[in-house]
Amino acid sequence: MRWLAQLRMRMLMLFGRGSAVARLNEELHDHLERQIEEYIVAGMNAEEARYAALRVFGNPALLREQARCTWSWNWLESLLRDVRYGVRTLIRAPGFATIAILVMALGIGANVAMFTIVRSILLKPLPFAEPNQLVMVYERGVVDDADSQFNVVTGGMFTEWKKQNKTFQDIGLAGAGGSEFNLSGAGGQLPEKLHGVNCTWNLLPLLGVKPALGRGFTADDDQLSANGTVLLTWGLWKRRFGGDAGIVNQTVHINTRAYTVIGVLPAGFIYPEDPAVQLLTPVYHDKPADRMDSLGNHQFEVMGRLRPGVTAEQATADLALIARRLHDAHLDNPLIGKAAVARPLLEDMVVDARRPLYVLFAATGCVLLIACLNVANLLVARGAARRKEQAIRMALGGGRLRLLRENLMESLLLAFAGGVGGIVLAWAAIEWLAKTRPDLSRVEAVHIDGAAVAFTLGLIVLCALFAGAIGSMVSRDNRLLASLQESSRAASAGQGRVRLRKGLLAVEVGLTVVLLVCAGLLLKSYERLQSSDMGCVTHNVLTMRIGLFGRRYNDRAEKVNFFSELLTRVRALPGVEGAGFVQAAPGQGYWGDGPFEIVEHPPQPVGQMQLAIYRWADPGYFAAMGIPILRGRSIDTGKRLDGADESVISKSFADRHLPGEDPIGKHLRVDGHVLTIVGVVGDTRYAPSEDPRPMEYLPLYSGFPNNGTLVLRSSHDVEQQALPVQRIVQSMDRDLPVSDVMTMEQLLGKSTMDASFDATLLAVFAGLSLLLAAVGLFGVLSYIVAQRTSEIGIRIALGAQREQVLRKVLLDGLRPALLGLVLGLAASVGAAKEIASMLYGTQALDPGVFGGVSIALLMVAAAACLVPAWRASRLDPMRALRTE
Amino acid sequence: MGKPNDLVQGTLDLLILKTILLEPMHGWAIGKRIQQMSGEVLQVQQGSLYPALHRLEQQGWIKAKWAESETGRQAKFYALTGAGRKQLEAETANWNRLSAAIDLIVAEV
Repeated sequence: MRWLAQLRMRMLMLFGRGSAVARLNEELHDHLERQIEEYIVAGMNAEEARYAALRVFGNPALLREQARCTWSWNWLESLLRDVRYGVRTLIRAPGFATIAILVMALGIGANVAMFTIVRSILLKPLPFAEPNQLVMVYERGVVDDADSQFNVVTGGMFTEWKKQNKTFQDIGLAGAGGSEFNLSGAGGQLPEKLHGVNCTWNLLPLLGVKPALGRGFTADDDQLSANGTVLLTWGLWKRRFGGDAGIVNQTVHINTRAYTVIGVLPAGFIYPEDPAVQLLTPVYHDKPADRMDSLGNHQFEVMGRLRPGVTAEQATADLALIARRLHDAHLDNPLIGKAAVARPLLEDMVVDARRPLYVLFAATGCVLLIACLNVANLLVARGAARRKEQAIRMALGGGRLRLLRENLMESLLLAFAGGVGGIVLAWAAIEWLAKTRPDLSRVEAVHIDGAAVAFTLGLIVLCALFAGAIGSMVSRDNRLLASLQESSRAASAGQGRVRLRKGLLAVEVGLTVVLLVCAGLLLKSYERLQSSDMGCVTHNVLTMRIGLFGRRYNDRAEKVNFFSELLTRVRALPGVEGAGFVQAAPGQGYWGDGPFEIVEHPPQPVGQMQLAIYRWADPGYFAAMGIPILRGRSIDTGKRLDGADESVISKSFADRHLPGEDPIGKHLRVDGHVLTIVGVVGDTRYAPSEDPRPMEYLPLYSGFPNNGTLVLRSSHDVEQQALPVQRIVQSMDRDLPVSDVMTMEQLLGKSTMDASFDATLLAVFAGLSLLLAAVGLFGVLSYIVAQRTSEIGIRIALGAQREQVLRKVLLDGLRPALLGLVLGLAASVGAAKEIASMLYGTQALDPGVFGGVSIALLMVAAAACLVPAWRASRLDPMRALRTE
Repeated sequence: MGKPNDLVQGTLDLLILKTILLEPMHGWAIGKRIQQMSGEVLQVQQGSLYPALHRLEQQGWIKAKWAESETGRQAKFYALTGAGRKQLEAETANWNRLSAAIDLIVAEV
């Protein structure tokens, strides 16, 4: 029953605290009355008795406090009191509170956002069953070249791995990077081009994904002779088919072939390597058998589920052995990898995002540290202003611990308000990120969750302790009397306090310098990237993807006719200055390479080969894109189909493979066809950040390729040409969709988006820190000047030149800035080396960036110091002395 | 005022519980009773008495009731609870053990 009594007491103390206080007073009063009565009985008069009783009784306030200390909820009461005092003191200094809260909110918000992003993208397990068993497998050592460490896999290699491996529960294959599918309905629905993927039937069971509707693929679906089957993603089903469950067993047309919809994947499913994938089809049904058995055609991604307890390294060794055996058995085929590598699927997906994200996370950490330092600085300044108040309170018996607790409570309140603002900011930042960067791997998994809230609370406490501890470090000094005297006279105040603040400033400036240098490097690198010479005209050029699908185009002549008619009609549009068709325009990516031989050269030794990027192009492409023809001429327009036997090579191709020779008239053997080299054209880049690679242009009018990019150049407003061109395509074949319509500038902007994103964010963080550091400098110097008003007044009265005063104060303020600059530059060297791999065309220790940052920082610091310094030099000595 | 009469730490609780074993009492009377019973040796300071009473109340050993006292004023009367009775037994036993042990040592000398 005791617990019941205790509970009753607790409730009473919590809800009846007011009356409990009244009762306590009554109780003590009663005691006092009795004492007085006793003394009166003993013979004292009323007055004496009262005094005597009070003397014996002691300090009633203290007694009351001691009794209350035993009550439950006492901690809550004193906490609430501290909060009340804290809020009251902060409200009394609204300017200080607002600035401090804003600064904290920015710092905490940026960190919570980055924490959430890093955790969701890099650390959170993939949404599949037992995700740590999943690995991505690559072939290795196809070409002796650093780039081929992670080579996509051939169908033939996959077959061997599947048959012989000892480390996998299951292993599946899918078309690399997804492919473009042309989806058209039966009843004249608009055709649509979308991302899909061919995969083996076991891939989804391997990942642990079950369809939400209908059934998954079976082994019977996954063969050439089967009827076409397709699985839809939830999003596609909702969007295009209105979420109608009747779609199962209906027929749709994909690349004009009939497929039966057998199921719909669950809402949460996102294809690991390409979030844009909207439908899946069985690969052995879709691809011809020779492609699936090929040992040279690298175009598949292989995913596997390891047996329990098997590591990626063991799987790597297992598969590498199989690859080596296959390689050794076919020494004449140089396209077979010599080894294999398996790495965890998650790592594979985020490998490119990791470093930039960690760099940004580190940057936000710096911003928070600077924010805390700034708030600590403000607290120190306030501590100085309240020194007298605190000294008086201490003299009256206020406990030191109690004062410290109040200080901490104040910074805790600031941090808490900042944290609440910060989490709102973080939420907004993440919303913004999801909108601006849908390309970021796993961006759909980024949400503020319980962990983010816990992280925020942790940050709040950390910031509060950090800022509060530094802020109250100075109230620890014991010279009570001294500080009472000091603050009553306007002499120069505590040097220790000023030194502490200058130290904090130096650290702040140092961190700012590091951020500025990193942002500067990334910005410069981005600028280099943007101005990198693509080797062609990029202004007023429009690009769009077109693919010819359907039985009609099985005939090569039909394809040639289509392309040539399209180009003729597009070139005839008013305002079009040039048009061409190419498999992939500069900046659209690597696409593919293949082996070639130069007929006039001795054959390559067995097991070796030469590779080059190839592009199918129409003869007018070079003129349309302004790619200079350096030697010879372009491909003859008249040569078509089997008669198309001419080729053009790029300058670096000639330099690398035909050095010192006249390439014109030489012959290339590509895939069994012999082509005459008729011209050499300028180099182009397949990505802005990559150096030009040797490239061979093959004749489009041979009729082999069925898709590519239409490019057209106009004198002005090239975007207006998009609609007329689409109309031409529609009039030629109404089932053909046109996709990815964008200007060359947009296309390049997209491929440099990563760089621009990182650089912009870091620049924002750096700018923020610079602002904070400037505010800090300004605040500290203003404070010092205010403290020394009378000293400066005396100096001026005694004849000090105003310029001297100005210079002295200015130097006083600049000293911590200089110290911070030196520290910061030293730290920047290390930081710059860390981000070196993110830079393009920029040295990690770029003197321009380091110099520019130093100058910018000194200028900002000087500007921040100038106002207080100037104010000091303008002091009216009479007024300054009278302030005492 | 010297400290020799200060109570051994922790024994005040025992004294209070013992004092109100027979009848409920208010604070003043408890202090007086302890003083009388100990032959004026033990003087309980108000600074110790009231925190101790409130602590015991919070712990549920004793309960308080407001009633009219002999002076005609309202006073807070403390009484033992069932749990307090058991606690008193335990503390008494504890005290006997302790004092016997101390006696042994002191008598030896």
